[in-house]
Amino acid sequence: MFKIVNAQFIAPGIKRFVINAPRIARKQRPGQFVIVRVNETGERIPLTIERSDPESGTVNIVVQSIGKTTHLLNSLETGDSILDIVGPLGKPSEITNFGTVVVMGGGVGTAMAYPTAAAMKRAGNRVISILGGRNKDLVILENEMRGVSDTVFVTTDDGSYADKGLVTDKLRQLIENGTRIDLVLAVGPIPMMRAVADMTRKERIRTLVSLNPIMIDGTGMCGGCRVLVEGKSEFACVDGPEFDAHRVDFAVLVQRNAMYRDAERRSMEAFKRECELEKRKAAEPADEVACALEGK
Amino acid sequence: MPTTPPKTTPAKTAPTKKSSNPVPNKERIKMPRQHMPEQPPLVRAKQFTEVNLGYSAELARQEALRCLECAKPTCTRDCPVGVKVKDFVQLIVEGDYLGAAAKIREDNVLPAITGRVCPQEDHCEGACLLCKKGESLGIGYLERFVADYEQQHFDVTKIVKAPPTGKKVAIVGSGPSGLTAAGDLVQKGHQVHVFEALHEVGGVLVYGIPEFRLPKTIIRQQVDYMRAMGVEFETDVVVGRTVTIDELLEDEGYDAVFIGTGAGLPQFMGIPGEHLNGVYSANEFLTRINLMHAYEFPKYDEPMVDFRGKNVAVIGGGNTALDAIRSALRLGAGKAFILYRRSEAEMPARIEEIKHAKQEGIEFQVLAAPLEFLDDGKGWLRAARCQKMELGEPDASGRRRPVPIEGSEYEIPLTVAVIAIGTTANPIVQTTTPGLATTKRGYIQADETTQKTSRKGVFAGGDIVTGGATVILAMGAGRRAAKSIDEYLTTGQWDQ
Repeated sequence: MFKIVNAQFIAPGIKRFVINAPRIARKQRPGQFVIVRVNETGERIPLTIERSDPESGTVNIVVQSIGKTTHLLNSLETGDSILDIVGPLGKPSEITNFGTVVVMGGGVGTAMAYPTAAAMKRAGNRVISILGGRNKDLVILENEMRGVSDTVFVTTDDGSYADKGLVTDKLRQLIENGTRIDLVLAVGPIPMMRAVADMTRKERIRTLVSLNPIMIDGTGMCGGCRVLVEGKSEFACVDGPEFDAHRVDFAVLVQRNAMYRDAERRSMEAFKRECELEKRKAAEPADEVACALEGK
Repeated sequence: MPTTPPKTTPAKTAPTKKSSNPVPNKERIKMPRQHMPEQPPLVRAKQFTEVNLGYSAELARQEALRCLECAKPTCTRDCPVGVKVKDFVQLIVEGDYLGAAAKIREDNVLPAITGRVCPQEDHCEGACLLCKKGESLGIGYLERFVADYEQQHFDVTKIVKAPPTGKKVAIVGSGPSGLTAAGDLVQKGHQVHVFEALHEVGGVLVYGIPEFRLPKTIIRQQVDYMRAMGVEFETDVVVGRTVTIDELLEDEGYDAVFIGTGAGLPQFMGIPGEHLNGVYSANEFLTRINLMHAYEFPKYDEPMVDFRGKNVAVIGGGNTALDAIRSALRLGAGKAFILYRRSEAEMPARIEEIKHAKQEGIEFQVLAAPLEFLDDGKGWLRAARCQKMELGEPDASGRRRPVPIEGSEYEIPLTVAVIAIGTTANPIVQTTTPGLATTKRGYIQADETTQKTSRKGVFAGGDIVTGGATVILAMGAGRRAAKSIDEYLTTGQWDQ
């Protein structure tokens, strides 16, 4: 059991948990992730480590409500516990002085990019960060990213905050302005990472993406997280999660991530019904019921 | 009673002890082997409850009476952990079932597990003299009977613990080799701490072997017994990631480490279409079902592709392949078949599993292998294009090599294909432990007798040393390791 020391929504449907996990806190390096199982009947899902504190023995994970498991997680509060957390998993990011590094975070992907951006800055890189979200609420960790970047650009799809547009629009501007870029790290939704890869491939800029395929054990045992890299199967949990963006087959990644869409929908609908029942049973004003479906 | 030999069989008098078996030797040869009661094939093929139902006390006695009580028992000689078969079988004849269990436990801390999944035909039963006249003694069935009796009747609080030595041993992995090493070491009085990467203790016993062959409650009971013996377990620790071998030795004060991380990464075939939705590794397919309870979706959250009424094929001929295809059948596959590139005679699976699979309606397409998995146009598996084989000259494994037959290609419609052709070494421990020597194929190098690795105080055994093998061979390695770890801890000597 892993105790939740603190739990707070940082955006609608996105919650940050500070969890007591001393072993993981001691070992976590930028680029790594954890696998979580909420309860006895739960599935195992990979989640982002935003940061860790070896002194206090805590790790921060950031969770966006998407399916049943993430909704269930986000219904947990300070003082609750999570049954299983295992990690840190995956290869850490390669941190060295590349020169100028552009770190791109799309939505909740920024949480994964943040520790690597911070480490890149400490390694002497010039860090240019580009953060994006569908709207103002979904741009997360802006202050944290400002603290570790030389320059920060923010875009929103709907223009509700900062510049209207996509993160790739900013990247194009940087390239067109003749900014020297030695490395791009992009973490976010697959279409965003694919668009970044397409753009930098032409410019021959080394580009890494952090992938989040379906996983079970996270130790290389099951092979479920295999991604097609230049025609060859590689495992995101042991060979990744970071891959050379120009070699990844994004179409296969999209296809494999959709493998359980029907089952996921069934799970989610059943969960909603359960929450409705609980609400009625509680006979309390709806907003006081511990059901994260509302997203707060 | 692992630390004190039971009173019923004092070791000193054992060789001269008079047999309590009233049946003359000549008559024993004529007695038929007692069949294991099992669920009817068509009933069990629809559910995950255990196939074999176990001997009654009466059946166990009848079977035990067949033992010839050889002066030099070949069964014990061929057992990788050296179970004293003759002695425990005689205790069954005497009706002393707990004594029999204690006798097995002197050499095997997982009797309820080996009694179910050990390939006895390759070891004790294969060596049994009764084979020459007919069928071997049902040693596995008897072991299972005794172990199950013990689980129901033995009070684990009565376990006598050895005086503590003050030495600490870390066991990496809670599969068969790790559990065996842990059991042997705790009986020597060492403090034993087992690390498991997954959320449940048991390794391959939990994620790999299905409920209908080895129920989870049996594993939990055997593990609880080990807890009562004093073994500590910690789940959710991936050694190499969560903590390294060096940190265990230097920071956490362990005096020795045993690595039993097991069969690692699943092998794929490298043929087109392996990334299609519906193509699984056997490890993933079985892990979803066994560890994650996908067969109880949506009560459990882990999903599985819905293949009810559809075709499922498993590629391979080992126990894992049979476990996977029989699981698929239980999940409602319309047609479930094995695709194996050699003939049935070369299949590495246990004979009983092949028999059970056939009874349940699994189809065996032998001498055939897939060349390609075909797409339905939306990223899902539609069919496999296969090729027929014939047997040629024996290869390095001694089995006849499959040779493709030109122009024999054919297509089979498939919704799910499961690849069960073996594993390669998982690199996590090796790549995070400086100075740990590995083989060309990435397995850990360990001495065959002492299980010592190239690193002082570090031992290894099981599939991470040998590549994919069986539960009992891994247990044998765990035993050898425990013996040499104990010597190392006692003497402090490290001779390669």
